[in-house]
Amino acid sequence: MAVLTRIGGPVGPKEYEQALMRVYDLLAFNFRVITRQRVRSIMLLIAIAIGVLAINLLTGIGEGGKQFVLGEFNLLGKNVLIMLPGKKETTGGIPPLTGETTRDLTLQDAQAILRLAEVSAVAPLIPGKIEISHGRLSREAFTLGSNRAFFEMRQLDIAQGSILPDVPMDQAVAVCIIGSKLRRELFGNRPALGQWLRAGDSRFRVVGILKDRGQGLGLDMNDVIIIPVASAQSLFNTEGLFRIFIELRNLHDLDKSRDRITDLLKNRHDGEEDVTLIAQDSLLTAFADILDTMTLTVAGIAAISMLVAGILIMNVSLIAVSQRTREIGLLKALGLPARTVRIIFLSEAAMMATAGAIIGLLISELALFLARRVYPAVLFDTPNWAQVGSFIVAIVTALVFSAIPARRAANMAPVDALLDKKADQA
Amino acid sequence: MIELQQLCRDFLIGDQTVHALDHLDLTIDSGEYLSVMGPSGSGKSTLLNMLGLLDRPSSGEYLLNTQVTSSLKEEQRAALRRDHIGFVFQSYHLLPRLTARENVELPLVLAGVAPKIRQATVDELLRRLDLSDRAAHNPSQLSGGQRQRVAIGRAIIMEPDLLLADEPTGNLDSKSGLEVMALLEELNAGGITLLVVTHDEEMGARAQRRLHMVDGRINQDWRPGRTERI
Ligand SMILES: Nc1ncnc2c1ncn2[C@@H]1O[C@H](COP(=O)(O)OP(=O)(O)O)[C@@H](O)[C@H]1O
Ligand SMILES: [Mg+2]
Repeated sequence: MAVLTRIGGPVGPKEYEQALMRVYDLLAFNFRVITRQRVRSIMLLIAIAIGVLAINLLTGIGEGGKQFVLGEFNLLGKNVLIMLPGKKETTGGIPPLTGETTRDLTLQDAQAILRLAEVSAVAPLIPGKIEISHGRLSREAFTLGSNRAFFEMRQLDIAQGSILPDVPMDQAVAVCIIGSKLRRELFGNRPALGQWLRAGDSRFRVVGILKDRGQGLGLDMNDVIIIPVASAQSLFNTEGLFRIFIELRNLHDLDKSRDRITDLLKNRHDGEEDVTLIAQDSLLTAFADILDTMTLTVAGIAAISMLVAGILIMNVSLIAVSQRTREIGLLKALGLPARTVRIIFLSEAAMMATAGAIIGLLISELALFLARRVYPAVLFDTPNWAQVGSFIVAIVTALVFSAIPARRAANMAPVDALLDKKADQA
Repeated sequence: MIELQQLCRDFLIGDQTVHALDHLDLTIDSGEYLSVMGPSGSGKSTLLNMLGLLDRPSSGEYLLNTQVTSSLKEEQRAALRRDHIGFVFQSYHLLPRLTARENVELPLVLAGVAPKIRQATVDELLRRLDLSDRAAHNPSQLSGGQRQRVAIGRAIIMEPDLLLADEPTGNLDSKSGLEVMALLEELNAGGITLLVVTHDEEMGARAQRRLHMVDGRINQDWRPGRTERI
């Protein structure tokens, strides 16, 4: 607002209104000029869009990875081991995220583990994203295929109804438990218990509602649907388990228990050690590593892409200033004050940055949407801070880097500008 | 009223100083119609730019309505140009990406005039300039005479007191040149002070007062019934 009053000079209400009008109209005029300057505008748009795209895409992927890893150990007890398909050769490093599986983990594996004396419970897991609908309402939701034991291991409490029924793991039952948020969005104030939901090609009856739980570190459990693991197998058309959570009776012989479980799997998999078994503390270390690397990478790449965009903006704007020398001279001859010239160039940069940022944001949303389709297990989603932040960074970058060109334009003497011989007649 | 006192404008070209305006004294009353003639490089454009507050003197003083202009800040000079002075150039200087209408409208936008008033004012002026059916055209789609009429429209839309035209007919055929001159003279008849730089003897002879410049000085100041040789 201070800027606006300054343009108008002295301030009575009328002058203020005029100043406001002037800025508004100049922007409108300027917008017309920009939109009639295709190549330059498109270059600027692309530069900004790429910067914003980089930030959003990278943080979206980073956030997906982070939630994915956090989801592994979030709220798990110390006596719970996690088994994932694929063997990580070196120890202490980052466990495989997607698992270049040599052989699937099967429900039979899980059942065999459960029969071991030191194991008190086993929860298989198949995650995925799928369209859930009830009546005309529908939305995409994170789907977890598991069993009854899963609820205790993840400390998931039920607000209404019950958890998954006590049936053998390989038995599909058309029931589901849903998070409170999902319940609200699909049912509103109407009762949900006993209602049928459609998920992909299957139908599930709601038998339980999860107790409200704030957005924790990992997956937002208020926004999930949990179904029997066998149902998830057919829903996602997959045999292999994504994870097996194994609860040990006690922690005394952790190493011995690990060996027993590993041996069992080796036997079952024709003598090959093709699974990874991790405890929570090693996960935490690995997670810290991942998070650090990711944060650094994201910050670095985003900074570089924005810097590139900024330099491009500056060059393109400098070219624009020299191309528009006569125009600027004319505007000054017509009585446009220097600071308004500056505002025109800055506002132009800001407009382009805004448009570019929107484009970048849309592309990144689309890319992440596709990524979720391809890797339903990872919840790729750009955090809000990155979306807002990339917008601000884009606009600030555009303003900072167009400051020099804007200044040059503003300080041009009208007569020199008008005499500019390079420009042709109009 | 305009008064120049011992006004100089020097340009440095390499290590040579060019006296584009050389100790000029000149008084112009409101409502006068002057033509400025003289060989190329004699300082005619420099004089016009000076009068139009587009340029600052190297020495000497320029008084506009008895106000000393050398002490004015750039901001104030810009406001004076906007509200009181209109320019017409040989090469039109229209904004190529704006339509004829938008070009004429531009000073009103710069002055912060409300869109409704702008529209009425521009409509009226375009009609007067016989440009109504060309309003939506870009300058490149207009003839030279039409372009210059648009430029004149832009110069007078703020109803200036002083209209400065630097070879306004230089790029026009004689018919459109005469039309443009007639238009400018009509404006002068309405009370605007008019200065026209021209190479054309016939055009120059239409003015009530005729200046002739050589080497940055006025060597002839002719008025009906009175010729001053300086
Ligand atoms: N911006 C400038 N830089 C350097 N020299 C200039 C500039 N403008 C005018 N001159 C010089 O001043 C003199 C007068 O120029 P000008 O007023 O354009 O003449 P006219 O309009 O009568 O042809 C010329 O010698 C010209 O070279
Ligand atoms: Mg000239």
